[in-house]
Parts: sequence; C-alpha cells; structure tokens
Amino acid sequence: MIRASIVTSPIFPDKLAAEVADAGNGATAVFVGTVRRTNEGREVSGIEYSAYRSMAEREMTAILSEAAGSFDISGAVIEHRVGELAVGEISIAVVVAAQHRRPAIDAMSRIVEETKKRAPVWKLEHYVDGTREWVGASGEVPA
Amino acid sequence: MTVTVLLFASYAEKLGFSTTTMDVPSGSTVGRLLEAVKGMPGASSLPPAPLVAVNENYARPETILANGDEVAIIPPVAGG
Repeated sequence: MIRASIVTSPIFPDKLAAEVADAGNGATAVFVGTVRRTNEGREVSGIEYSAYRSMAEREMTAILSEAAGSFDISGAVIEHRVGELAVGEISIAVVVAAQHRRPAIDAMSRIVEETKKRAPVWKLEHYVDGTREWVGASGEVPA
Repeated sequence: MTVTVLLFASYAEKLGFSTTTMDVPSGSTVGRLLEAVKGMPGASSLPPAPLVAVNENYARPETILANGDEVAIIPPVAGG
C-alpha cells in the first residue's frame, strides 16, 4: 500500500509504521524530519509550512509509485505537515517497508530526496530576532 | 478563454493574492500567461522563468492552455 498526505495535526511515525506493517516484511525504514533550532547560523523560533495541497499529495503519491517500481518494497507512506511548527516538531515522516533492509533503505533515500525537490511545499522561517524569511527563495525577505 | 491562476508563498505575498481568474486569448501558452502575470503590480521581482504547474502537473513555457485550466506559479520548493 502507498499513501501520501498533507496534514495539519501532529505526525505520529509509529502510526505510519503500523499502516505498512505485515508479517512478510523483514525491514521497515522510518525517516523523521524535524524543525531545527538553527539554520545557516540564525536562531529559528519556528517554521510556517504551506503547500499546494492537492498537487503536493499527487506529486508525493507519484514519488511513492516510482519508488515501488524501482525497489522491491511492500508499502510506503508519507505525511507532510503544514501550518505553524515549533522547533523540534515533526514536519515530515516517511515509512518504507520491505522484505529486506536494502530496498527499504534505498527507496527511503530516493523518496526523501525527490519529495524535497518536487513536492510544492514552502517554509517561512521565523527567527528569534523577530525577522522571517522564505527558505530557498534566495534571501527574499517578506514585507 | 478563462484560466485560474494560483500563487503561493513568497509569490502570493509579492502580488497580494493567492487566486484569481484571467482572460487570455484562445491557444495561449504558459509563457504568454506568465508575461501577463508579470505585468501585474508587485510582480516585477518574479524570476524570469518561474516553475509552473497546469492542473497539478509541472508544465513548460510552451505548454498550450485550455479554457478552465488551473495554472499554479510555483516558488522554489522547500519541503521536508
């Protein structure tokens, strides 16, 4: 099974792992992305995530389907959270299950990299000094 | 014909809206629509060739639009 969702409430990686659980699996890879305290030397107070929700879900589902075609995996789930997140909160979790560890780990790496490249999701970083900046927008400072 | 234009994140802030409808000549391309958008107030700092999706699929400047298409202008993505 595969599933990709944009969510607005906290992510529980254990629940995602339970979704792909099967006695035929010998390996489940879990990736958890969290809001980091510093970015490029600046102290972060939180991140506001936004998404083109329908396209992000469609693109992430396509990424999972591609991974299922390239690696011998039995299931994969992505949840990406949007809204205002505090330092330490989970912004994304990915689980990949397979019979063996190698395809689970390799598929995970591909899925996470492709998601960062392709999913239409944006971060507005808020800093402790009161400023804010769109991540990846080459230093654009919002008005 | 009429298309819906969606803006997100930094682009929505620059132009001051996140969704609008625009009338464009029949057979217009993504590139032509972008030129029209770039003529709007606040759009001068958009990059020369921003990412665009048509009906939720990444599209190219030469993609031809159809009436009712949903055209999203996509800032640099930064998920994860």
